[in-house]
Amino acid sequence: MSVHPDVARVIGYVVGTIAFVALNASFLVWLERKVAGHIQRRIGPKEVGPFGIFQSLADGIKLMSKQLIVPEGADGLLFRLAPLLVMIPAVMVYVVIPFGPALVARDINMGILVIFAFASINVLGLLLGGWGSNNKYAVISATRAVSQNVAYEIPMLLTVVTLVMITHTMSLNQIVAQQPTIKDWYLFPWNGSIMLPIGFLIFFICSMAETNRAPFDLGEAESELVAGFHTEYAGMGFGLFFLGEYSNVFVGCALASIMFLGGWQCPFGLYPGVHWMLIKTYFLVFVVMWVRWTYPRTTLYGLLNLSWKVLIPFALLNLLVTAALLKVF
Amino acid sequence: MNVLAQDPALETFVLNMGPQHPATHGVLRVKLVLDGEYIVEAEPVLGYIHRMHEKMGENRTFAQFMPNTGRLDYLSALSYNHGYVCAVERAAGIGVPERAEYIRCITVELNRISSHLLWLGAYVLDLGGFTPLLYAFDDREILLDLLEGVTGARLTYCYFRFGGVYNDIDDDFVTGLKGFVKRMRTRLPMYHNLVTKNIILRKRLEDIGFITPELCRKYGATGPVARGSGIDYDVRRHEPYSVYPEFKFDIPVYPKGDSMARYLVRMDEIEQSLRIIEQGLDKLPSGPVMAEKVPKILKPPKGDYYHAVEAARGAFGVRLVSDGTNTPYRLKLRSPSFSNLSLFAEAAQGLLIADAIALMGSLDLVIPEIDR
Repeated sequence: MSVHPDVARVIGYVVGTIAFVALNASFLVWLERKVAGHIQRRIGPKEVGPFGIFQSLADGIKLMSKQLIVPEGADGLLFRLAPLLVMIPAVMVYVVIPFGPALVARDINMGILVIFAFASINVLGLLLGGWGSNNKYAVISATRAVSQNVAYEIPMLLTVVTLVMITHTMSLNQIVAQQPTIKDWYLFPWNGSIMLPIGFLIFFICSMAETNRAPFDLGEAESELVAGFHTEYAGMGFGLFFLGEYSNVFVGCALASIMFLGGWQCPFGLYPGVHWMLIKTYFLVFVVMWVRWTYPRTTLYGLLNLSWKVLIPFALLNLLVTAALLKVF
Repeated sequence: MNVLAQDPALETFVLNMGPQHPATHGVLRVKLVLDGEYIVEAEPVLGYIHRMHEKMGENRTFAQFMPNTGRLDYLSALSYNHGYVCAVERAAGIGVPERAEYIRCITVELNRISSHLLWLGAYVLDLGGFTPLLYAFDDREILLDLLEGVTGARLTYCYFRFGGVYNDIDDDFVTGLKGFVKRMRTRLPMYHNLVTKNIILRKRLEDIGFITPELCRKYGATGPVARGSGIDYDVRRHEPYSVYPEFKFDIPVYPKGDSMARYLVRMDEIEQSLRIIEQGLDKLPSGPVMAEKVPKILKPPKGDYYHAVEAARGAFGVRLVSDGTNTPYRLKLRSPSFSNLSLFAEAAQGLLIADAIALMGSLDLVIPEIDR
């Protein structure tokens, strides 16, 4: 009996993607704790395995061995559905991310659109989880998460639209192919529009806010809302929210490195490949962690003011200037 | 059971914050009536860690009550030791050698710094910044080691005695303290760079959580809370005790009354405490650290005595009514956090939850001291 190559390809990518998401999340949890430790003049995890590298594995086993408790009065269906709604889209978006010249599950020519379509489902999961928990802290947190996501998707998409006007394609692999060396990166103002660095900044800030990372972690502001939307979740229910968050952080940083930093292309034109993609992405992930462990949390109105009064006007300006420049030249 | 409000705009809900909540730092419970995220009403509910300290004081001899004073406010235990010891000394007419007075002032100011450092870390933690906590604990650790060397304890001190202190300070303590003062002088600018100048922190503290001087007077707020509202009141200056008149130090007062003002008052107080410690070490006289002939069994003459000291959180007063026996007839402890918390209900009205947390943190509450 032989397996059709297309079927084998699909199975290979499904297994590979899920394995990567899980490994990546456990690596990021470990990295986050190490980074936090060193920023705070501690060592971080060091007992489980060399440099504590198996710490997240131990945590994962602990989480999986726990019971998923559905609190009294909670909406059982929504409560169980919410972690899946967070996790599944987070895995799905990996389909279109090009890790290498050929290492992409489906090189769809609408790649960017697919990612944003799936990423928007995430917030629905948070809302349902918060609502279904029958917990006031969770409800407050869910409403916060929704208004935050709505506010930050606008400038993010405006920036992406601006970039697509320059690249003339929505295929992520082709965007990468357009940036073979460091001087071709869309980060720099000479590659199409003088507003590109601002666009990168807006995109990066928005991706931090979209993934509920500090200083925009209002959804789970632990000193105000205990643990926010996942207050009532135990075991793997909480674990899936956690996995989803880290895989979203990775996707946000991967997108930034694909669209602005040349993805898997080597900055110096030597040996392009998956390693460059990972180096650039994990560097951005490190920056995200660095910010988290340095800054205090903003408040909700501070966050919305930043989006509506600063980021959206600048994103619109970016769009107009770029459109004008493209028309003139 | 769901009853719809007549007008959805008037709908409110009750949120029970505490007694187990990350931001209440202990077992304080606040019943919040919320309109969305805005606070309509905030009612602090006390009593979860009530231990009858005042009643215990009435049933024990004066010396037996000493350890209790260190357990009122575990973060600045020495100030509370000091207040009680001063009150009993005033009642029984016991004199204190000068060296002991200097040692008391130095250790109390050290304890004030360690209390403010912990507050700084915990406050920024309330605001969502994790890292300053570890930095503050790093400094506090040196302090605790120093104090452990002379007092024998790290947190709940019982160091002072009627008529002096239990243990003389040694050269290790003096050199260690000089090193700490020098280190702290370089660390304070770092805290200002890392925390005070942070744009997010400023946006969260400035012009938010106002406490007016009238509100302070109404509820009897003292300490950094009152000084952050422009009330220039410090027991060390206005009802001087011990050898504080010998020291040159400023009372930081910020008239604005927002959370930032209270934050700055405490940061400046660390600086002023360092000044007091430096002067204390320079002027430290030699001599005994215990008064001679302090009777083992104290029987203060009949009367009503009061002594207040400036603790890290405000004015701590001890009222002692003696009926001439070896136990007090009445022992009233006036603790600053209780008054400081009382104004929270009024000051928190109309704030967002996040700002109310910032306001509560800026009051620097220690719950065991509120409940006593």
